[in-house]
Amino acid sequence: MSENPTYGLMAEFDSAKELLAAAHKTHEAGYQKVDAYSPFPIEGLAEAIGFHKNHVALVVLIGGLIGGISAYALQYWVAVITYPVNIGGRPFHSWPSFIIVTFELTILFAGLSAAIGMLALNGLPMPYHPVFNVPEFARASENKFFLIVFSSDSKYDAARTRSFLEGLAPRMVAEVPS
Amino acid sequence: MATNTQIPVADRRVPVIAPGHTFSTIGEKISNIVLSRPVSLGWILGFLIVFSMMNMLMMALGYLFIKGTGIWGINIPIGWGFAIVNFVWWIGIGHAGTLISAILCLLRQTWRNSINRFAEAMTLFAVACAGIFPLAHTGRPWLAYWLFPYPNTMQYWPNFRSPLVWDVFAVSTYFTISLVFWFVGLIPDFASLRDRAESTFVQRIYGLLAMGWRGSARHWHRYETAYLLLAGLATPLVLSVHTVVSFDFAVGIVPGWHTTIFPPYFVAGAIYSGFAMVLCLAIPIRRIYGLQDFITMRHLENAAKVMLATGLIVAYGYGMEAFMGWYSGSQLDSFLLWNRLHGPYRLSYMALLACNILIPQVLWLKKFRISTGWLWLISFVVLVGMWLERFIIVVVSLSRDFLTSSFGMYYPTKWDWMTFAGTIGMFLTAMWLFVRILPMISIFELRTLLPESQVHEAAEVKQ
Repeated sequence: MSENPTYGLMAEFDSAKELLAAAHKTHEAGYQKVDAYSPFPIEGLAEAIGFHKNHVALVVLIGGLIGGISAYALQYWVAVITYPVNIGGRPFHSWPSFIIVTFELTILFAGLSAAIGMLALNGLPMPYHPVFNVPEFARASENKFFLIVFSSDSKYDAARTRSFLEGLAPRMVAEVPS
Repeated sequence: MATNTQIPVADRRVPVIAPGHTFSTIGEKISNIVLSRPVSLGWILGFLIVFSMMNMLMMALGYLFIKGTGIWGINIPIGWGFAIVNFVWWIGIGHAGTLISAILCLLRQTWRNSINRFAEAMTLFAVACAGIFPLAHTGRPWLAYWLFPYPNTMQYWPNFRSPLVWDVFAVSTYFTISLVFWFVGLIPDFASLRDRAESTFVQRIYGLLAMGWRGSARHWHRYETAYLLLAGLATPLVLSVHTVVSFDFAVGIVPGWHTTIFPPYFVAGAIYSGFAMVLCLAIPIRRIYGLQDFITMRHLENAAKVMLATGLIVAYGYGMEAFMGWYSGSQLDSFLLWNRLHGPYRLSYMALLACNILIPQVLWLKKFRISTGWLWLISFVVLVGMWLERFIIVVVSLSRDFLTSSFGMYYPTKWDWMTFAGTIGMFLTAMWLFVRILPMISIFELRTLLPESQVHEAAEVKQ
């Protein structure tokens, strides 16, 4: 058994508005390691728990650049260096013809980076996660909204955090075993 | 907190979701089709029919692999026949799915949320059907990987100046990105199904597909960025795909192909036929599965309007082709026009004009746009018309090009027809399975359309 078998404390709310207000309050109370769960994206919720910037766009930019540059480089290398063939007297480096494949591969690499990058940054696929140990959490993909304070938070204290969460008027507060 | 007052002004029309729904009724209604609705006799009978049609495709392709493309009606001068006609037709149908999922997403057309999932599925299945044709048409499909640039013992590389190579990249990218976009959209819904599933086996399957999605605010944040970027990437992609397909023709010098109007006219035609297919599928599906609350008359009417608009662009394309036949002063171009109107394929051309230009004009009248029966019929007519358009472009131009000594006729064989009908079977088989094993409407995106999901104004009021 680890030193701290509790993963965190979870509070359940009935509406997106309540969750957003609770997230704001929790963040203002100084809790840093907090997460919120909802069945659909809620505007401003990530910001409320102090998560402002994600790196998906950067990953996509890098992916797209790699795709585009490598596509053009491949075509140049094939058509000019390794396999130059005179087709209708066109120059070997007939760049207008290379734009389409460059464009398509830019999109392909950028798109794959968007999907794979998003999943990787989210740490998915993840076969096991402690939050699913709370039976009520099955409604998190349905119509219930959850807020968790992780036990790794420096301000976390089983009793005080519980009474803080209960002060937010949730439906229930549950301990999440890890 | 009185939040009921904030109904947007634009929603005084028929609503996108029928009133009275909550987060859980949406989830219940959509996921029950997958999880608990019993398999009906009608579904089984229909499946047997479409599955038999798909097997006809397998037979036609099997025989093709044994005998070669000689079993088709193609020969010189018409080397492109049904294979390319059907390829362009199917690819075009796919375009509406991406238009709905990506372009309408960027334009914040929220009504798209209830039809994007199955429109995207339609895209995937249509592109899969399309892909069969050029592969089979290569004659030796088991060597089709030669089209890709890879180091090989023949010391050979593809010619990147050829539109046919561009096509390989455009279509394979299109399929991949459509699949990724579709799958990313499905992840939160897989999680919903996982949490609702009664049996452990079903739960495991959807659980695997959901990959542990738990709806964390951080995850949603990255998810929304990724989804928006995918939409932004898919938008130029979908426009490029039919543009590249049109280059297959426009880069050639055959009269009727060598024109600069082809890219926009192909893209408009693709969306035209795609929306026709969306309507042909949506009208029966919403009725059979009782989804009139989510796919309302508003959706059908909007789709009809898109069809009407793109149909007019296509009509402009025909008009411009005819005008250039006269205005260019080129003997070949004016002969092409004469040949379309009076040549051996004149009936196809007349049918094309009727199906694509004349009949869809009734959509100007609201009466036809809000009658599901009429709408289905007109969409079907448009699908036929768009198929004829590709037939005219491919066959008529090739049959009589430059020298009278090389004029010829094209007659499709039974194998051509079997392959074509077979891909329709394959498409419908995939659709048949899709509606029963995946949520055909995006659950989480539909939930965001409910006023309860909007927290922003309420939060501001409180401060």
